[in-house]
Amino acid sequence: MSVTTHQSPGLGGLKTSPTEDLNTAKIAIRGLDFFYGDNRALKGIALDFPNRQVTGLIGPSGCGKSTLLRVLNRMYDLYPGQRATGEAMMDGINLIGPDVDVNALRARIGMVFQKPTPFPMTIYDNIAFGVKLHEKLSKAEMDERVEWCLTRSALWGEAKDRLHTSAMGLSGGQQQRLCIARTIAVRPEVILLDEPTSALDPISTLKIEELIDELKSDFTIAIVTHNMQQAARCADQVAFFYLGEMVECAPAAQLFTAPREKRTQEYVTGRFG
Amino acid sequence: MSATTLSAASAVPGPAKDLRVSEALGRSRHRRNMIVKVLCLAATGIGLLFLASILATLVWRGMAGISLTVFTTSTLPPGSNGGLLNAIVGSLIQTMIGAAIGTPIGLMVGTYLAEYARDSTLGNAVRFVSDVLLSAPSILIGLFVYQLVVNPFNGFSAIAGCLALAVIVIPIVVRTTEDMLRLIPATLREAVIGLGAPKWKMITLVCYRAAREGIMTGVLLAIARVAGETAPLLFTSLGNLNWSTDLTKPMASLPVTIYQYAGSAFQDWIDLAWAGALLITLGVLAINIIARLVLRRGV
Repeated sequence: MSVTTHQSPGLGGLKTSPTEDLNTAKIAIRGLDFFYGDNRALKGIALDFPNRQVTGLIGPSGCGKSTLLRVLNRMYDLYPGQRATGEAMMDGINLIGPDVDVNALRARIGMVFQKPTPFPMTIYDNIAFGVKLHEKLSKAEMDERVEWCLTRSALWGEAKDRLHTSAMGLSGGQQQRLCIARTIAVRPEVILLDEPTSALDPISTLKIEELIDELKSDFTIAIVTHNMQQAARCADQVAFFYLGEMVECAPAAQLFTAPREKRTQEYVTGRFG
Repeated sequence: MSATTLSAASAVPGPAKDLRVSEALGRSRHRRNMIVKVLCLAATGIGLLFLASILATLVWRGMAGISLTVFTTSTLPPGSNGGLLNAIVGSLIQTMIGAAIGTPIGLMVGTYLAEYARDSTLGNAVRFVSDVLLSAPSILIGLFVYQLVVNPFNGFSAIAGCLALAVIVIPIVVRTTEDMLRLIPATLREAVIGLGAPKWKMITLVCYRAAREGIMTGVLLAIARVAGETAPLLFTSLGNLNWSTDLTKPMASLPVTIYQYAGSAFQDWIDLAWAGALLITLGVLAINIIARLVLRRGV
């Protein structure tokens, strides 16, 4: 991997200063409930996402992991009948409050989905699209930004000679790295990854995992995964969800080797789920 | 599954599997398959026979009428070696203006239905009306524009013809636009929204691009459809035996000219009607081929 910390000069500092304490919570969730219509999908969640660390969310299908991510960047706003109550504080703002500018919020909390979703345009435009939504850059600055985020997402080498060809021509793994590049190009503070490797082959999965490790120096990351080895490899802390509840949250090594809760133990040892 | 693996599963209820029964079932299935296959082939053959006969007649009679004067001379009285120039140009003008009026309206309505009113009452009502319009007899649309434009302004005009064609274009474009936008997966929409894009940017910058080929195909097919419409033009642009590109005056068009010439008693007019019919058919065929190429290149 030739992933160097390529900080281009035109970028300015990231919004989080390096002096911030790694243990402060970037996002602090308290008493969070979520409803699909009348169905309560999240029940009184309390969870902290520590600044510039990777939080893994594990649990059986339908336990609310992905729902939690969709709450944090207000994706549920798209669908009438879905609503959240409680608190998800980031920098003193309740993310699920009614007065939040959701488009600005989504620029601060980026999301990468399970299936790669390249836009039907060139690789360059895929990245420029998101940047243009929030910033006015000159052509040179945009070129720099594109190179920066493709480098950070370990795609520059493969993509630099075909920036102006359609992104649909990339392989699945490359497309997913493009989606990550596109997300970090708008310089969010938090990145939500919803099973980012479940549609990918093992080599691509490995690249994405290395990438996550590399990105956490600058971003707070939450990753939903069905793969417990992946959670163990990538995450600093892991939260286990079951039937809409957050059962246990602990440092990865502790959660997998010495869980406090019986349900966690049964899940991580493969008894159910 | 082979029979051995099934019999190995001793828990399967019912009598033991009888190979003779299953062979008999297989034979009867095979027989029915053959019968249906023959019926399908026969039906296809009959359909193709009609089509081939129409095309052969059209080409045979049309080629006889086609000459250079068809493209260089306007319609003239019988026996004076006239052509179809005014009708060809009139058809092009009215079809293009009709499509130019109908396409943006249809595009916007289709976008409204797909993006803003998927399950709303108003959306369902609009969708229903649009579908009714899609299958409305085109002569009714001609009468509608007649009452709306021709009667109040006291005269047939090309612009009335354009409006009638636009009314036919609208529901076709509405339907294809809505269908194509609905095909875009929710994951792509969420990815755009997830970057902090407002909905209108998602629609105009990503959804339209993703659905571009499908929507363009719909527009081309709508053009092909109205290029051959006669009835809505009879009550609106009327037809004109002279050269005219004035939109406020009656204008000639190929379908109306065919309608008038084909029923006449003069052999040279009848020949010109065949030539005109061949030209329309070739034009529509060309548009359909282009539409297919557009669609294929996209996916």
